[in-house]
Amino acid sequence: MGRVATDFAYLATIVAFILALKFLSHPATARRGNWIGAVGMLIAIAVTFAQKSVVSYWEIVVGMAVGGSFGAVAARRVKMTAMPQMVALFNGVGGGAAALISLGEFHVLAPDPGRLHGDISVSIILSALIGSISFAGSMVAFAKLQELIQGRPIVYPGQQAVNGLLLAAVVAAGVAIVAGAERQWLIVAVIVGALIFGVLFVLPIGGADMPVVISLLNAFTGIAAAATGFELENNVLIVSGMLVGASGTLLTILMGRAMNRSIANVLFGAFGQVAPSAAAAAADTNGGAVRSATADDVAVMLAYAHKVVFVPGYGMAVAQAQHDVRQLADLLEARGVEVSYAIHPVAGRMPGHMNVLLAEANVPYPQLKEMDEANSEFPRTDVALVIGANDVTNPDARSNQSSPIYGMPILNVDQAQSVVVLKRSMNPGFAGIENPLFVNPKTVMLFGDAKDSIEQLIAGIKAQ
Amino acid sequence: MSHGLLLAFEVTILVLAIFLGFEVISKVPTLLHTPLMSGTNAIHGIVIVGAMLVAGLGHKDTLTTVVGLVAVVLASANVVGGFVVTDRMLEMFRKREPPAAERAAHDGRPTDGDQSKREVPPTQ
Repeated sequence: MGRVATDFAYLATIVAFILALKFLSHPATARRGNWIGAVGMLIAIAVTFAQKSVVSYWEIVVGMAVGGSFGAVAARRVKMTAMPQMVALFNGVGGGAAALISLGEFHVLAPDPGRLHGDISVSIILSALIGSISFAGSMVAFAKLQELIQGRPIVYPGQQAVNGLLLAAVVAAGVAIVAGAERQWLIVAVIVGALIFGVLFVLPIGGADMPVVISLLNAFTGIAAAATGFELENNVLIVSGMLVGASGTLLTILMGRAMNRSIANVLFGAFGQVAPSAAAAAADTNGGAVRSATADDVAVMLAYAHKVVFVPGYGMAVAQAQHDVRQLADLLEARGVEVSYAIHPVAGRMPGHMNVLLAEANVPYPQLKEMDEANSEFPRTDVALVIGANDVTNPDARSNQSSPIYGMPILNVDQAQSVVVLKRSMNPGFAGIENPLFVNPKTVMLFGDAKDSIEQLIAGIKAQ
Repeated sequence: MSHGLLLAFEVTILVLAIFLGFEVISKVPTLLHTPLMSGTNAIHGIVIVGAMLVAGLGHKDTLTTVVGLVAVVLASANVVGGFVVTDRMLEMFRKREPPAAERAAHDGRPTDGDQSKREVPPTQ
């Protein structure tokens, strides 16, 4: 296949990807959009097979069989609640692939002086650097979400200086290559340094901020892919990579805005770090004032309410309680109770995480209320049932200027007539911040695993 | 085409892609942000093209062979995993009894004109 025909065929892939993103803007067409994207990808793969420069097939076929079957099995088997770490994993391997492409290209081109144009070497360095950061960072994000390592920020004195120096050294190695020192060990140094930087960069970021990190690393992989496009003079890589780069960047900005925090604060603020003394002191002051209730008490409250709003959070995801929540809602609706769900934009570990889980449980999406709409409903709500959500309901965000989340828009559940909080224990949430909602006189706590508690509530309401 | 001209052309489409990306993504409702993240994740699996170009070279040394092979493995996992995960998420947004207005439409009766509102929750 000649170069011109190839590029026209790649254009079909580009159009398919753009249509895929356009179709994603509506729930009714989104799935079709994903299929269009997959077809575009198939076209690109077929066209690449037909390229003149591709003469050795066994590496490609073996690699596709191994990688493809791993991807298919992992994606099929994963539970819906583990989606965030799955996305992190697949994002990471994409970044790793981009870095390896650069390593291979450099190895092939560098021994032949004069073949490395300045712009080619710049793009090789960029994709090696950004791809490696994305790979290592995504793996740490995966490990944090999978709870292989602790979710809390891991910090030590001088951390940011160390990270800064490391990044500077990696960039210096890259600049040396561009300036003409086309040595193999330099590109290896760039990749190894960037891998270490990726790990160190994500370690101090708290588990609660992982959605933002994954979105940012998603943009990184896209940009790395676009850079490989410059190396290989390939339009489909440039356009598709940059579409993802732009979308990941925009999504990152939107999430930061939803939490009223700057991206710099998310990345470098070590948010959710708990000073041991502060946590202990808070436990002391809170200990006496918390009111805990039995499932039967709460069942009565719910059964005789006019309007109940469910406020789901990560606790619902962990306990996989979404199906039980739906059952409870059905039961209440059958009794004439008005039920809706208040969804905070950053509840859970991904943007829209709660929407996906509740959709899995067949909750009709008109019942899902976004923050502003939900907040206008709380004053006329009898019971707000908080299911494993914490920071997104913390009234300190409105009133306590010394709170780390001061200024973050929250769900005003404390404006409801009464609040029931389902929670495993009084431990501070993922972000490690005390929540005065729990000691509010309107609030009762129902301790236990969210799924068990909801099941008990269902039984309690059936007994009414 | 001279190398400089090619570069100028590539940078042009890069910049256009940035604007297009922002434009298309800003229309996606928060409801669909997780599938969007996962879907774009699948799209950057396009690095498989680069991986194939490296792995498919003839007369290459061991290092390039290994690097190309591993790149193809990683990129294939990205492509297949990305699209399958996204499909599983989106599948869940379909199965549900249609809202009243939609049911009316299926029966051939006129709708109350409020259907679009029911289908798409308001964005923030």
